[in-house]
Amino acid sequence: MIQITNISKSFGKIQVLKNINLYFEEGQSVAIIGPNGSGKTTLIKILLGMVMPDCGEIYFEKKSIKNAFAYRNQIGYMPQIGNYPPNLKISQLIDMMVDIRNSKQDHTFLDTELIALFNLKAIYGKPLGTLSGGTKQKVSAALAFLFNPKVLILDEPTAGLDPLSCEILKEKILKERKNGKLILITSHIMADLEELASHILYLQEGELQFFKEFDLLKTEVGEERLNKIIAILMQNQIRELI
Amino acid sequence: MAKVIKYVVYDIIKNRFVIGYTLLLLAMSLSFFGFESDPNKGLLSMLNIILIVVPLVSIIFSTIHFYNSYEFLELLSAQPMSRKTIFFSQYFGVCFSLTLAFLLGVGLPTYIFEGSIRGFTLIFSGLFLTLIFVSIAFFASVFTRDKAKGIGIALALWFYFCLLFDGMVLSILLCMSDYPMEKASLVFTAFNPIDLARILVLMKLDVSALMGITGAVFQNFFSSNIGISIAIFLLLLWIFLPVKIAFNLFNKKDL
Repeated sequence: MIQITNISKSFGKIQVLKNINLYFEEGQSVAIIGPNGSGKTTLIKILLGMVMPDCGEIYFEKKSIKNAFAYRNQIGYMPQIGNYPPNLKISQLIDMMVDIRNSKQDHTFLDTELIALFNLKAIYGKPLGTLSGGTKQKVSAALAFLFNPKVLILDEPTAGLDPLSCEILKEKILKERKNGKLILITSHIMADLEELASHILYLQEGELQFFKEFDLLKTEVGEERLNKIIAILMQNQIRELI
Repeated sequence: MAKVIKYVVYDIIKNRFVIGYTLLLLAMSLSFFGFESDPNKGLLSMLNIILIVVPLVSIIFSTIHFYNSYEFLELLSAQPMSRKTIFFSQYFGVCFSLTLAFLLGVGLPTYIFEGSIRGFTLIFSGLFLTLIFVSIAFFASVFTRDKAKGIGIALALWFYFCLLFDGMVLSILLCMSDYPMEKASLVFTAFNPIDLARILVLMKLDVSALMGITGAVFQNFFSSNIGISIAIFLLLLWIFLPVKIAFNLFNKKDL
């Protein structure tokens, strides 16, 4: 569904992504992990067309995304930091997104499950500038799922959410995964990723270390827990270097 | 695009800074026209304030607004919208809100107290300055990701147009005072929108006699239709060019 070929990107002298090749399919739930500054967010931003790669191509359903924007109709994106126009109300922000996504004003196809579960309707009239970080996260999550997109890109979705909301969001992600959507998640919380991911993608210093099925990885390494697996793989790497 | 502009305007007109700006302009207009028995003098005082306050507020507010909207711009660019739509919805949103503030604060009182061609020239000059300095602000904002640097560039540009440029022109004129510089000083004004706006209004106020031979040359030039058309063309160019360059940079920028 999404094909990434030979993507490289550098900011000034620092090369953040080195020759990345990947292929994502429907129904996969990919956990993108790696240390801080390993290029996770840059990879996501390149997929969304926010950052232009130095070289390489990305194909979304076989079409290049260079200079295109219609393909983003199929993507729901939840940013790491949600900062919205402070004087708009939640309801106005949602109306605006509906306006942008759907010119026919057809409300029937909207997936309002998260709005209901997070009980956002109760605070619809509040200006976005007065919301706490966690509540903004909830709004971001609700917006990402609202249009029933084929691809969901979630940048640290559970950071800042309270345990109850975190569970609600994870349930929703699992549900959409079962519906055959492609889900890309970055996170530093391994326990969350264990529940959500079917594939693990590991980036380090801009290089793709591996992209494997989680179950395969478990049997290869002989460990059940994701954080143990990552620790063992990183140690092996250090040993190889020595 | 109109859909997004609508919400950008919704957001800005509730902004305390913009409300304060409107009230400040309104208070100044009312006091100048209220205290001066001669509306001509009132217009002159208004002109001096407008030439400083309008560019400053337009450039600083637009720059700050651009940086504060950065995450929102990111979110919009994850939607099925072109960069062009995203950029110009912000630009027109800011232009519309500040124009509205200016029309309420200066346009309306001027129309009531001095609804002559002189009053309208003042209003149009102020409107042009608003739009020009929003353009220049967007130009300054896309240069760097750092908010403090961006505001610094914006302030430096304002300082240059408002003070430095006139100082430079004056020193050139002084050094070259042995030569006829009347025509040259006409050309210099093209490089500063604030000067253009100032002269456009002054020419309507019949105070050009105070400016010597240069004043006579200006009066000759700016009272002809061609002169006025050229001045308006230059002002339009001052709106269009910075925002065009800004968009070209934004289009290739990594958000």
